[in-house]
Formats: sequence, structure tokens, C-alpha cells
Amino acid sequence: MKVFCVAEYRFGELNPLSIELLNLANRIKGDGTAEAVVIGRDVGKYAEELAKYADKVWKIEDESLENYTPDLYVDVLLQLADREKPDLILVGNTAQGGEFAPYLAAKMNAPIVTDVVAVDGTKVSRYLMQGKLMVDLKLKSTPAVLTVRQGVFKEAVEVGGEIVDAGIKPSKESRRKFIKYVEPEVGEVDIAQADIIVSVGRGIEDASNIPLAEELASLLGGVVAGSRPVIDNGWLPKDRQVGISGKVVKPKLYLALGISGAFQHVMGMKDSELIIAVNKDPEAPIFGVAHYGVVADLFEVVPELIEKLKGIKG
Amino acid sequence: MKIIVLAKHAPDPESEISVAGDGKSISQSGLVYDINDWDRYAVEEAIRIKEERGGEVVVVGVGTNCDDTLRKCLAMGADRAIKIPADTFDPYQTAEVIKEAIKNEQFDMIFAGFMSQDLNNALVGVLLAGMLDLPVATAVTELKLEDGKVVARRELEGGYLEEVELPTPCVLTIQSGINEPRYVSIMGIKRAKTKEIKEVSVAPSISTVEVERMYLPPVKKAEMIEGDPSQIASKIVEILRDRGLI
Repeated sequence: MKVFCVAEYRFGELNPLSIELLNLANRIKGDGTAEAVVIGRDVGKYAEELAKYADKVWKIEDESLENYTPDLYVDVLLQLADREKPDLILVGNTAQGGEFAPYLAAKMNAPIVTDVVAVDGTKVSRYLMQGKLMVDLKLKSTPAVLTVRQGVFKEAVEVGGEIVDAGIKPSKESRRKFIKYVEPEVGEVDIAQADIIVSVGRGIEDASNIPLAEELASLLGGVVAGSRPVIDNGWLPKDRQVGISGKVVKPKLYLALGISGAFQHVMGMKDSELIIAVNKDPEAPIFGVAHYGVVADLFEVVPELIEKLKGIKG
Repeated sequence: MKIIVLAKHAPDPESEISVAGDGKSISQSGLVYDINDWDRYAVEEAIRIKEERGGEVVVVGVGTNCDDTLRKCLAMGADRAIKIPADTFDPYQTAEVIKEAIKNEQFDMIFAGFMSQDLNNALVGVLLAGMLDLPVATAVTELKLEDGKVVARRELEGGYLEEVELPTPCVLTIQSGINEPRYVSIMGIKRAKTKEIKEVSVAPSISTVEVERMYLPPVKKAEMIEGDPSQIASKIVEILRDRGLI
């Protein structure tokens, strides 16, 4: 099988997921090849890094490719795919990959599956229902496009391939223009520096319940953070968000209250030294990453915990 | 300004979830359906634009059971709805039938929620953009309209945003948190009964993927703490003390 892996980088750094795509490609290529594709204005240094793990690295360089746009990524990838005929195109399931990959698939009339965690021939697996179910899907034709979840294919295979200029240029101007990157908001507390985090999810139910978490956090000498729904509802500021699109934290204690444990959140806290999760739903995926779990109503457990901690302190 | 919004009637992933007897689909028992959470934000964003600049908001639903969600969108302020009574698990087919059903609509923008709360594919909006060959931006957290163009901020990793500019017509997928969706009362939904839901039957072509098996994921389980709330709290305190955290 000929497997293409589209690399991603930002702010001068190759996304480690690009190597993970190649790890997967090397595992499933059989007699075929694992080939990286890197697109940009000057991508030599990324190509060299990728070549360690690829049979071949295709460079597609042009001034107009300095900043990613889906229009031009799709344009050059279509040209390359049309000429080189890959069986599978792997793309990182990221803000960037998740955007251009489906567009590319639509243009190629190719099957697409997103957020893939396993590939076996034409059978691919992914989660659904925010991690509570899994499905095995059969791709009914190739070429196919897959976006791959980060952190799954970490075992690297050193290959040492060649770097080739694909000789491809964009055939048109991008309709979408890149303007600028916007830096993350900086708040009064940096949750990434905290040793103890009391983190709340949808289960906290209302802004008026945040003080309960604050009281607990203050007794523990920690800070309050939250998962996406809490931030979306404006119950906590954006700089308190834990997850892929927020902050990655590794505190000594992560107390997860009413957090279901969607992958996007888990990637932001799974390396915490001690994770204790309280959730009403016994099937909540957070219990898959927590060290200790409590199936209970947080509004019954937290006040008891506060009382006991006050007793110790007092 | 005319905006088409895609709205899905979807089960809440926090409802009780199990696999159906065929081992290939989600069991309907225990599922609680509502408008897909991301689509609420997309509908709200479209209605705000209409309220500010005039125009029309047309909401499109796919599925034989999507009426409640379409009614909710109409109650929020959408002008009319298109229902495509096709049930499919394949987002490719979903995008395809939408493309067909809206082919006679002139529009400036199509909004879709960033992903669906049940299948989590994040596909239909972008597939549709590709099929229509329109510019696209996903995970939009902020947008401004200027003459014939849209300036959108889209969510990247690590709290970063990317600001981009697109011409209209275009397709935007809307990230949750972009606004505060309005609440609709049961009365509001009843009042919206006079608004039109037009049924457009489109048969999807052959699917691109096939479900082989659906199952509960194998998970490493946490050590569970049992007891009444007081016992649970004592046990947590003990764990924290053992670790020197208090």
C-alpha cells in the first residue's frame, strides 16, 4: 500500500503528530511505502526531520504557501494525488488537518473517516458519543482519506528515505486569506503552573455553583479550572480551560468534578500525577483516565469534602 | 444576507448509551434527543446576523425524526425549514443530500455546527463546502461581516486563534461558545408552528463506508470509591493525606 502522510507545523515546529502518521503508515504499508508530504514556503528542515521515518518525503514549496490555507493545500494535494496515486492519505486530526482533509476527500470523491485510532487493512476504528462507543468501519473504496488522533501511534520506525521536490505549484490563488495568529488570553492565574486543580465540567450545572469549587480549591491550596462547556457558558474565563484547545496541565492533583472526559479534555490533563473523578454517570470516559473514581452527585460529595477539610485545618 | 444553517436532531452523549441487537448501531432505548449542541450556536449566530442586517435564515435538517429540532430553530427565529427525510450514518451521504436539497437556494453563507454531539465526525459542513467548491473555515469562534467578505477567527490548539478572510458565498463551521444561544420556551415552539417546514425527498447515492461493528470501548477503569457521601469524602481525604497533598 502507498500511504501518504501530510505533515503539519506551526511557529517553526513540526507537530509530533506528523511523525505519528508515519509510524502508522510504516506499520500498515506492507510491500508499499510510507511517504510524507510537506507543504510551505521553505520546508527543508521539516523534510529532513520527516525523512528519518519516511521512505520518501515530497516537498511542495511556493511563496503563496507560506501560511496554510485549505484552498491551496487541497489544490496541491489534488495534483500530487492525481499523479502519484496513493492508496491512503493520512492527515492529523487537528484544527488544520480536520479542516482541509474532508475538503480534499470531497474533491477526490474518496471515503473519509476522522479521528481514527486503529487501521487494519481497509477496516478503521474510531470513537463516537464523546468516547462512550467505538465503531469499526470498512472503507468501501480507495484512495481514502483518514484523519488520525494524536498520541496513539507513538512507536517510531526509522526508515531513512529520500527528499524529493514534487515540482508542484498552486494552480490558483487562495480565496481564503490568512491574516494573523491571535495569542491566547492571559488571565490572573496560570493553571498550567498550579500543583492542585479542582476542575469542573457540565455537571456543575450553573455559574452560581462555581463558588463551591472555589471553596474546595482554596482549602486544598489549588485553583479552579474547567472543561469546554463551562468555558462556553461563560462560567469561567477562557484561560481556565483544560484541553487541546485550552491548556495542558500536569498538577500533583487533578480533581475532576462533573466532567465526562471527552478526548479533547483528557489530552489536557491525562498526565496529572493523581486524578480523582466524581461523576454521576458510571460510563463516563473520565473513569478511563482517572486513578480513583466516584460515581456520585458532586453536590453531595463536595460539601462533605469541604467539611472534612475544614475540620482538619480548624 | 441569506444564511442556510444545518441543524441535526441528535442524541445527547450523556444519555444512557448501548449497542443495538444487530451489533452495528446505537440502541434507541435510553437516548435523549435534542438539537445538536454545536448547531444551537450556529443557529444563534445566523439569527443575530439577520436581526442586525436583515435577510433570511433557512434551517436544514436531515433525518426522518428531525421535526422537533427544526421547530426549535424556527422558534429561535429562523424563517423557514427544509426537512430531508433520509436516515444515514454516512456523513458523505448527509452532505450529498443537503447539496441536492438546497440547489435552488441562493445564499450568502452556510453555517454548520463544528461537529455533531453523537457521531463527532466534524465532516458534513466541510464535505458540503468541497462538493459545492466554496471557501471554508472551521471552528469559528468570532466573525465579522464586511462588504462581500467575512473576517473569521478560528480555534487552533493551545488557546491560539487564526484570523482569516473569506469571500461570500462560503461555508463556516461554528465552534461552541461563540455566543450565548437564546432560550426558547414551549410556548415559543408552539407559536412557531405556523412557520413552514418543507419536505424535500432526496435519495442518497451509494455510501463510502460501512459499519462492521459497534461496541463499548475497552477501558482501563479507575479504582472506584464506594459508600455514602461522608464515607467517600473520608476516603478522598485519606488518599490526599497519603500523598502528602494536605
